[in-house]
Amino acid sequence: MSAHDTSVTGRFGPYGGRYVPETLMHALEELAAVYDAARADPRFWSELDDLLRNYVGRPTPITAVPRLSAQVGAKVILKREDLNHTGAHKINNTLGQVLLAQRMKKRRIIAETGAGQHGVATATVCARFGLECIVYMGEADMRRQRLNVYRMELMGAKVVPVTSGTRTLKDATNEALRDWVTNVTTTHYIIGSVVGPDPFPRLVRDFQSVIGREARAQVLEQLGRLPTVVVACVGGGSNAMGIFTAFLADSGVQLVGVEAAGEGVASHRHAATLGAGRPGVFHGSLSYLLQDADGQVQPAHSVSAGLDYPGVGPEHAYLKDTGRVLYDAVTDREALDAFAALSRLEGILPALESAHAIAWVLKSRRASDDLILINLSGRGDKDVAMVAELTGAAL
Amino acid sequence: MGKQRALIPYITAGFPTPDVSLDVLRRVAAAGADFVEVGVPFSDPLADGPTIQRTTQAALEKGMTLPRVLDLVRQAALDVPVIIMTYLNPVMAHGVDRFIRDAQGAGVSGVVLTDLPAGADAGVEQAVTSSALSLIRLVAPTTDDERLAAALKHASGFVYLISRLGVTGARDTVPPDLAHHVGRIRAITRVPVAVGFGIGTPAQATAAARHADGVVVGSALMDALATGGVAAAERLTRDLAAAVHA
Repeated sequence: MSAHDTSVTGRFGPYGGRYVPETLMHALEELAAVYDAARADPRFWSELDDLLRNYVGRPTPITAVPRLSAQVGAKVILKREDLNHTGAHKINNTLGQVLLAQRMKKRRIIAETGAGQHGVATATVCARFGLECIVYMGEADMRRQRLNVYRMELMGAKVVPVTSGTRTLKDATNEALRDWVTNVTTTHYIIGSVVGPDPFPRLVRDFQSVIGREARAQVLEQLGRLPTVVVACVGGGSNAMGIFTAFLADSGVQLVGVEAAGEGVASHRHAATLGAGRPGVFHGSLSYLLQDADGQVQPAHSVSAGLDYPGVGPEHAYLKDTGRVLYDAVTDREALDAFAALSRLEGILPALESAHAIAWVLKSRRASDDLILINLSGRGDKDVAMVAELTGAAL
Repeated sequence: MGKQRALIPYITAGFPTPDVSLDVLRRVAAAGADFVEVGVPFSDPLADGPTIQRTTQAALEKGMTLPRVLDLVRQAALDVPVIIMTYLNPVMAHGVDRFIRDAQGAGVSGVVLTDLPAGADAGVEQAVTSSALSLIRLVAPTTDDERLAAALKHASGFVYLISRLGVTGARDTVPPDLAHHVGRIRAITRVPVAVGFGIGTPAQATAAARHADGVVVGSALMDALATGGVAAAERLTRDLAAAVHA
């Protein structure tokens, strides 16, 4: 499936691995075996492709954005993951993983969520397949994303508030892992990003790589050439791996991952893990990590709950070290400005996460013959109340 | 671990404060402990239940770090062996080789790495096993026989059997399949077996000691310390020791 096949070692260069309590090792070995069998089974992919087409609405289109392009001074194209059922790329992964859970005969599903998009995508597939669904969500994020909490509940999921630590995505992930350690024999944990112990980073990447496969073919077909640069936001990094993977072998295509600089990297209130962190072990794998000198994990900050995470997927750590992907960061302010710009110029409300990728393109200097492909990973409906509050608008 | 069953109290280093913690270590050790397991506070203790989440958070807020934990162990100068229990990241931040050196210098005899299952990191595992520190392996009810054999090939000190699925924390009963899992380990290794997770009362300790060579008590002891102070922790240790040594 990929140039970085880790099915033997579970590593991307030195990164990745299975740093988990012993209790989980059997489940990870089982999941890896079931996934390796599934990926070699054409029936698995044809069932997933059918669901992606007829339930999710794939393929998602690419959209030219002429007014934004005029502002940038180069042609910009959006990959429209916001048009997926449930409003983001997250469902590509949850559908793949729920099919694996079926193969393992596990009927209880747990998930963590930050912005709520992965929680919604998990609740959706659990409703579709009649499975019990428990979603762990930080109390602070539940306040920021009340609409998504209600959406999950409408679909029958139980949303459990997490009150430990920073009450955000990192602590929701801790709590989901504690549940998994306790209920591992009956439960599958659908991790929402390319993070966690092997095999999660590679299987989530594989399920998301449909984004880049479609986009590469669409750009070639409609514009007759490859993009010169592909841009995606990076929290854990699943939408970025999803679009980057198809372009890794195209050495002429620059790949850019945009992290959340929050209030500025110098402020220490940010989520720029690759930009300002150093390698450490967190949530089951070795990767870059925001940590202090004593190895304690530092709280992250971003206006976008989906990027508010002190870790990052291990394959991104590897792609940073090899230099294949450039990682940069934009601030809360720049992301909010980009949110407003795309809304006014193109009639598309981006998720605050995706607005980070737009913001990077708006502030970068590009040549006029550049062709810029941005992964618009989700839509911004969930963020409207938050943006109104931040900009002082009354709803 | 000798012929007699061993009591292994767990203590979060730095809880409720670093100063009191020194007193806790000394008094708990003197109240009948055969080993003392000293926990290094970590910001994201994903294998721990509410009690140890709280005690480690409180210790972090008092400025506890891995070097200070080792200082505490050196200062305590206990006459029973000390085992360090820690997540891997504080060790990696300190430097694995430097940790091994500093731990030995502080008088530590073994280490339990909560999120380093056997085979997960050959570099770290070789560094510890080639030192004088024992690398104490965790075994879970979900560890199948194939993994068990691989995990216990180089076991030393003792084997730490997690009594049940789940995180740390006191429970009402000792699981009925405990004897079965102890038996699976004994079929592979002669290294003594200690059992922990969910054991908190003298009655449970008695039940566990019927099968295992050692009993680890953590959350119940930390609860006693949190609510009744050092005297309560000392009293519980004495009662547990009487139960285990009977």
